[in-house]
Amino acid sequence: MATKIVMAQLSPTMEEGKLVEWKVKEGDQVEAGDILAEVETDKANMDIEALHGGVIRALLVADGDVVAVGALIGVIADADEDISALLESAPQPSSAPAAEDAAPVQPEAPSEPVPSEPAPVEPAPAEPAPAEPAPAPTDAPTTNVQTPRTSERIKVSPVARRMAQAAGLDLAVMSGTGPGGRIIKGDVEAAIATGATPAAVATGTAADAARAMAPVGTPRLEDQRIELSMMRKAIAKRLVQSIGPIPHFFLTTEIDMERALDMRKSLNDRLSEGKVGVNDLLIKVVAEALTRHPEINASFEGDAIRRHGSVDIGIAVALPDGLITPVLRDADRKGLLQISVESADLVARGRIRRLTPEEYQGATFTISNLGMMDIDEFTAIINPPEAAILAIGQTVEKPVVEDGEVVVRRRMRVTMSCDHRVIDGAMGAAFLQTLRAMLENPLELVS
Amino acid sequence: MERDNQIDDLAAYGRELLHDMLSSMLLARRFEEKVAESYQMGRIGGFCHLYIGQEAVAVGSIRALRSDDYVFTAYRDHAQAIVRGMKPGSVMAELFGRVDGSSGGAGGSMHMFDADVRFMGGHGIVGTHLPLAAGVGYAIRYRGGDQVVVCFFGDSVVNGGPFHEAFNMVAKWGLPVVYIVENNSYGMGTATDRVASVDNLVTRGHAYEGMHSEQVDGQDVIAMYDSVTRAADRARDEGRPTFIEAITYRYHGHSMSDPAHGTYRTKEEVQRERKNDPIATFCDRLTSQGLMSSEDYDRLDKAAIAASEDAAEFAENSPVPDPAVIYENVYQDEFRGGLDRRDAWR
Amino acid sequence: MAVITYREALNRALREEMERDGSVFLIGEEVGEYDGAYKVSKGLLDTFGEWRVRDTPIAENGFAGLGVGAAMAGLRPVVEFMTWNFALLAYDAIVNSAAKLLFMSGGQFNIPIVFRGPGGAALQLSAQHSQVPDPWYANIPGIKVCVPATPADALGLLKSAIRDADPVVFIEGELLYNMKGEVPDGEHLVPIGLADIKRIGEDVTIVAHSRMVHVALAAAEKLASEYEVEAEVVDLRSLRPLDTDSVIASVRKTNRAVVVQEGWPVSGIGAQIVDDIQREAFDDLDAPVARVSGLDVPMHYARSIEKLIVPSVDHVVNAVKHVCYLD
Repeated sequence: MATKIVMAQLSPTMEEGKLVEWKVKEGDQVEAGDILAEVETDKANMDIEALHGGVIRALLVADGDVVAVGALIGVIADADEDISALLESAPQPSSAPAAEDAAPVQPEAPSEPVPSEPAPVEPAPAEPAPAEPAPAPTDAPTTNVQTPRTSERIKVSPVARRMAQAAGLDLAVMSGTGPGGRIIKGDVEAAIATGATPAAVATGTAADAARAMAPVGTPRLEDQRIELSMMRKAIAKRLVQSIGPIPHFFLTTEIDMERALDMRKSLNDRLSEGKVGVNDLLIKVVAEALTRHPEINASFEGDAIRRHGSVDIGIAVALPDGLITPVLRDADRKGLLQISVESADLVARGRIRRLTPEEYQGATFTISNLGMMDIDEFTAIINPPEAAILAIGQTVEKPVVEDGEVVVRRRMRVTMSCDHRVIDGAMGAAFLQTLRAMLENPLELVS
Repeated sequence: MERDNQIDDLAAYGRELLHDMLSSMLLARRFEEKVAESYQMGRIGGFCHLYIGQEAVAVGSIRALRSDDYVFTAYRDHAQAIVRGMKPGSVMAELFGRVDGSSGGAGGSMHMFDADVRFMGGHGIVGTHLPLAAGVGYAIRYRGGDQVVVCFFGDSVVNGGPFHEAFNMVAKWGLPVVYIVENNSYGMGTATDRVASVDNLVTRGHAYEGMHSEQVDGQDVIAMYDSVTRAADRARDEGRPTFIEAITYRYHGHSMSDPAHGTYRTKEEVQRERKNDPIATFCDRLTSQGLMSSEDYDRLDKAAIAASEDAAEFAENSPVPDPAVIYENVYQDEFRGGLDRRDAWR
Repeated sequence: MAVITYREALNRALREEMERDGSVFLIGEEVGEYDGAYKVSKGLLDTFGEWRVRDTPIAENGFAGLGVGAAMAGLRPVVEFMTWNFALLAYDAIVNSAAKLLFMSGGQFNIPIVFRGPGGAALQLSAQHSQVPDPWYANIPGIKVCVPATPADALGLLKSAIRDADPVVFIEGELLYNMKGEVPDGEHLVPIGLADIKRIGEDVTIVAHSRMVHVALAAAEKLASEYEVEAEVVDLRSLRPLDTDSVIASVRKTNRAVVVQEGWPVSGIGAQIVDDIQREAFDDLDAPVARVSGLDVPMHYARSIEKLIVPSVDHVVNAVKHVCYLD
């Protein structure tokens, strides 16, 4: 029985894929599950598997071809079966390479600018990832073709959708104040009034998580839905009007890293294999602090605030042509070494674009580090639907005053961007106090 | 039903009138036979109720009227329509659902109408047209005219509400309406005496003071003619309505889907009634009184047959209606916004 | 401009049209000597005599059919039903004869008849006397349906209905008869099938007809003063044809719609309006269309319960708040 090999929709936003390399050739016998080809999508590189066994009777595209999702790219059938009808009736793939072919598949070899940072991560706080091509504006409402913010479609009223399209606004990064998070006319008017730019950071979709490794113990937080108080509602409404879809505010603090770095060094000395990086430490500490401040580990949902039942840390990774944020799941329940191993794997695969969608969607909090690029401090933009992001600057030796004397300390400045509909100044500050306390007194981690 | 009191001196009516009546009866008979044949050939669809056997009622009654009088009947209306003056081709084309039908193909068998000859339909709901006839009677008196309305209906109607409501009003207000019940003893498949608490129908009219009621042999065209002549004069001169029970019989089933006998009527009964065929008996009387020869009869019958054949050919050649007619004649005056606003997906 | 009652406006319409055209006559129960069950025909018998103002027996099917027959013969009858509840007995005459004779006769017999009377709930008239006939007639091709809410519209529409060559179902309201309103002097005609904007607003469109127009206007006042929501009230004035153009134009402006109807919800006339809006103005909607209707039950006798069954100002306010995301 003949089966079609098609360019599969491997990510929710994928519209075309590049056939990087066929792993089989015509005439090969394959079984169900065998890998047929490697395909590059808008997010990562993935494998296409055979659905049924048989002989590879036809391969219709060549290595390097860019093909629309759904197009027929090959046929598996019995050796002597007539497949001419199948070949004629299927939509033909277009084999013209697309413009984005210019981006190299393999990134440059990662550089090691600072010896203490094994995994340089380079987030891009202002520039968006390759955004999906904006759908042609039509009068008739279509099903959702924009980046979904959640696993369900974006809820938006027809007139709001039309206004957003006309203004070039990306619905995916907008929050709706209508029921169930519906984006309504007032939301779009507010966005336009504040001059929101089209297509902000386009990552951060929530989805079911697939655990890389089993976490330890029972969950320490619980999924909660907290109705907005009148004050919250009023704040949310006012702030949306003043600063755009997500009302950001920024908190900066400077952390003394002496003890943290000492602790890391002694840890690594004792490890027979593997190394714990500063980022790993930061992930662990942030995760722990989030368990103590669940109000930060949250999302705005229109008429309520969702506090997440798990702590999933997004790690911003620079790509040659953009940015991706792999997610380290249940970071609060994993040890430093496990975090180190996992994050190294995620980052490495992220840089060569070999993450699955489940691995780069669904973070509850993101860490972005530009320290290795000599940045002292910066303000990052929140990935919706998260409520905050932590921007890490470089650790430098600097003079500080201690007990009336000037001493030299290794200091690191962090800036947390907060969604003011979810987090208030004092709330954010308290979280940073906890974070700082943990880093400055690592023994706090175990208390 | 007594048949002894038939008039034996038909000469007083004049040969012309008598031949005219025979000619009409023959036309009605041959036309309906042609209709039956066309229905079986698939040219006519839906309901089709044949008048065969009752011709004397229609002819006798309508011949007694003026051209400015009005005629109503129910759905067994082909014969009344033609006898009143509608063109056979127009009626047959309507039966075939063609453009040249009297309603452009929109009405069909049960809905023959012709404003020019004041044939007011053609009504499909049992009893519904009796108040309508009363309304035309009301209009006549409203305008001070002396026209008359004749309204035919079947025996089942007398047990329904509209019969009573209409009779009450025409009797009370003195409207010039002649109501004629064509009592063929069956309401579709149900014998009248099974459902009518009073099945001597003429007596139903006695409940309405001012209304004259009489029972007539519906198979005797001259008796019908005389009765309706008197009724019309009564209406014109005295403003009194009349109720006539015409005893008649239909030889075919209720409609084309109903057998002539074997279900609710026996073959013997039908055959017995056929012996009293109104056309045959009328011919016998005319012949025996020297008012008609066999050549006359042949000539008239051939003409009736030819007219029926011509009607069928005319209908066959008439085109089917254009889809654009869907929206025609729903309203006469403007209908703001049109009728097709919600017609998607065509 | 005079200020007269709805009932007086109808009386004036009848009188003017009967004077203008000798073929117009009124027929129904109590229309003559009693001056009309609701006094709509007061004084007409004295002026026009018994053939033009005809008291009938209680036989709705009979006298409605008689009216249709008279129309076939070229008169212009106005058939009064004491209430539209009783007209159910005449449904056959209206639907099978009046609505269809023009069509079945291929255009030979038009029926220039008006069937008129009060419909809808009054005060504690109970289940058989409180029904809203709107969808029973708006559904039928071949007739037109008018539902005036004000004296001026009652006058203008009844005159238009009488002059119309087609059968018109004219639904008045017992609770409207005493309502006063300004009425233009001289000849005042309102076209059938044309809605009227009774209140201009920017924030939400409220579509209503007949008595519900007044509920909608009261709700609009409350919305303006308590919530700063300016509602536009579209008075349909006719249900067949429905002035969908006016409704859509308003919704395009406000982006929000609430449809108010007195009758039962299932297949009520509001359902058709909601369908028209969602079909033709989908992209202009900021919220789903809301519908306020009477409850899906027979009318209860008790006054306290009756008030809950019929749509009220608060119900309309709630619906408007919902489509404006204020609740």
